[in-house]
Amino acid sequence: MELSPDETIFWEHGFITINLTLVTTWVLMLFLIVTSILITRRLKTDIQISRWQCVLEMLVTGMNKQIKEIGLEKPEKFIGFIGTMFIFIAFANLCIIFPGYIPPTSSLSTTAALAISVFLAVPMFGIAESGILGYLKTYVQPTFIMLPFNIISELSRTLALAVRLFGNIMSGGLIVTILLSIAPLLFPVLMTVLGLITGIIQAYIFSILATVYIAAATQESESKRVKRKKVIQ
Amino acid sequence: MKINWFTLIAQIINFLVLMWLLKRYLYKPILNAIDERENKIVAQLKDAEAKKAEAEKERNEFKKKNETFDRQKGELMQKAIEESNAEGLKIKEEARNEANALKAKLEKNIQDSQENRNREIAQKIQQEVVTITKKTLTDLSSASLEEQSVLTFIKKINELKEDEKQKLILTLTSRKNPILVKSAFKLSNKQQTEIQQSINAVLDVESQFQFKIAPELIIGIELSANGYKLSWSISEYINSLEKSMNDSAKENVKTALEKG
Repeated sequence: MELSPDETIFWEHGFITINLTLVTTWVLMLFLIVTSILITRRLKTDIQISRWQCVLEMLVTGMNKQIKEIGLEKPEKFIGFIGTMFIFIAFANLCIIFPGYIPPTSSLSTTAALAISVFLAVPMFGIAESGILGYLKTYVQPTFIMLPFNIISELSRTLALAVRLFGNIMSGGLIVTILLSIAPLLFPVLMTVLGLITGIIQAYIFSILATVYIAAATQESESKRVKRKKVIQ
Repeated sequence: MKINWFTLIAQIINFLVLMWLLKRYLYKPILNAIDERENKIVAQLKDAEAKKAEAEKERNEFKKKNETFDRQKGELMQKAIEESNAEGLKIKEEARNEANALKAKLEKNIQDSQENRNREIAQKIQQEVVTITKKTLTDLSSASLEEQSVLTFIKKINELKEDEKQKLILTLTSRKNPILVKSAFKLSNKQQTEIQQSINAVLDVESQFQFKIAPELIIGIELSANGYKLSWSISEYINSLEKSMNDSAKENVKTALEKG
């Protein structure tokens, strides 16, 4: 029994391996990009808009709102990263309704890649927002003693992100596979429905956590901005 | 459950590529479209607000104009009523004046016609009276009416009261022209002499006399000098009769107008 789509290899040459994870990812990417282009090609700026445009606008504005609620004042800056993460994970997880489909998120390599992306993005956004010193200061908050704990937390949360998503999705797929052999009728369908919910929730959790981490890293400059605002008012 | 490092790196690259593409083809156009639409809606709302304000302004202006118009209408109406009332009163006054003028004219006409009639009657009566008197006097005495009248005139001179006599003397003595004696008929030399003698007797002076015939006296003799007049003629009695008749006619007209 294959636990990961990484194990399904189509082509291999030394270090380079083209496996099911990569192929599925490319197909999903292609689909997302083509759909986006098709929909945004005919965007209207009138009061009446098409249904697809409405759905996309709802999605984008919803994400913007969520990012803002967590504490990032300018969501347009972060939606590229956080939004893409949510859309990719959610879409990859929702496609489990297609028989024989194995989501790339059930591969630890993919989830680890996403977690590493978050791990790298957090300091990048933090430095971009409040400078190197400002960002580094967040490691000694609230006191200097917390520095090692903060570093450990940084690493462990990245690991947790990767494993959480991987565990949830992989387990979902595994359960359906196992159940198919035990109770092939109806029950796997219910589990698939449950898997859809889990997939969406996991996408949400992953993105929200990434946002929270970024928000924490940019907290310094945010708090300064808030103070400035208060002073001005 | 192991990590394929190539897959991991490839997935990071994939994710970055996807991020860049989605940013370009999804978020940017969508956010731009949303912004543009929001701006459009805001502009439309502003425009609507401005139009509403303008409409409100126009409504107020219209209301104000309407009020002014109503007020002016009322004023004009009031003025017209006042003018028409004044005109009515004027017309009424004019009509009343005209009626009064007509009434006066009518009264005058009636009066004139009455007077004419009276005059005619008087003349007729005078003529009748003269005729009757002439006839009667002729019948009654041997002397003619002319003789009687001369005698009556001489008698009147002789019977003058003292103050009248003084007045006559004063007037006749201060004159320059001859004493004018008018008579309805031609006086005979004897009659003329008698008159002259009686006057001279009163004046106690010889005076110049001029005799003239005046048919309007009907019967009688008139002496005049320097505005002084002494006469006896039937026309005096007739005038008195005519006056009395005229008074009576006037009274009748007045009564008729009051009734009518």
